[in-house]
Amino acid sequence: MRWMWIDRIVELVPREKLVAVKQVSMAEDHLHDHFESTDRRPPMPIMPASLIVEGMAQTAGILVGHAEGFKEKVVLAKVSKAEIDLDAQPGDTIRYTAEIERFTPVGASTTGLIELFSWTAAGLSEPRVLGRVDLMFSHLDNNMGGQKFPEHNFVFSESFATLLSLSGIDSYPCPG
Amino acid sequence: MERSEIFEKVQEVLVDALAVDDDEVKPTATLITDLGAESIDILDISFKLEQAFGFKIAQGELFPEGVAQNPEYVEAGKVTEKGLGMLRERLPHFDFTAIEADPSVENIAEIFTVDALVNFCEQKLQAA
Repeated sequence: MRWMWIDRIVELVPREKLVAVKQVSMAEDHLHDHFESTDRRPPMPIMPASLIVEGMAQTAGILVGHAEGFKEKVVLAKVSKAEIDLDAQPGDTIRYTAEIERFTPVGASTTGLIELFSWTAAGLSEPRVLGRVDLMFSHLDNNMGGQKFPEHNFVFSESFATLLSLSGIDSYPCPG
Repeated sequence: MERSEIFEKVQEVLVDALAVDDDEVKPTATLITDLGAESIDILDISFKLEQAFGFKIAQGELFPEGVAQNPEYVEAGKVTEKGLGMLRERLPHFDFTAIEADPSVENIAEIFTVDALVNFCEQKLQAA
């Protein structure tokens, strides 16, 4: 399994906003354990909240990375706020909207809205607010500790290149 | 802006950034030791202060970077006279009593108090 928690980028306003979607699928192994049936209730497949936060981290991380042409090693440094109010289940679509709040050479802060779409006989439902996740990212090479990291940008791997190319975003340098 | 009003805004920023209670944010509390701030929190605090007060904080203006790594400023675990002079010049709004009494490098954290942050914001607002 690849550590990719978004399937497609649907909108990018450089240095401002990025919108991505994820389809929740029964093919994801963890949904069979989270939660399995008990004596008292049937199975309850629900996307773990931690992975929803990761989905926002990838959405916002790409937005922050794109701002400097993916030259910076952008790492999640802090979850400033995470509120998850609805469950996402197989067949649902999650839409992540990340916006840059502050951007500096050292790092960036982002705000994020997460929405849920469910399928009905009439088609996809109107979006409902699933939660909000605000994050902070550090540009590793400019971090305050002054530590040195490898030159190769290990953050934005080949899977991200595939995602960007699939989404029609072509300003991604090939991972070296 | 009154100093009490500045304190309230700084308090609000710290409660939000560090997930601490209002009453923990006393003027004498140190950001790192008492309130548990880590390096990324310092960036968060800078962003939030900019938002709260409407001024800009340059990189390293509030918390000088790389001091402990510089052999001119820190020698054998102690802040040198040159290091202390640099800190005094860069951080005129801070109280250096603790580090003057014991120049151990860990004591640098002790000068970053809530009161120092209020002084910093007060001076930034006056300069604006």
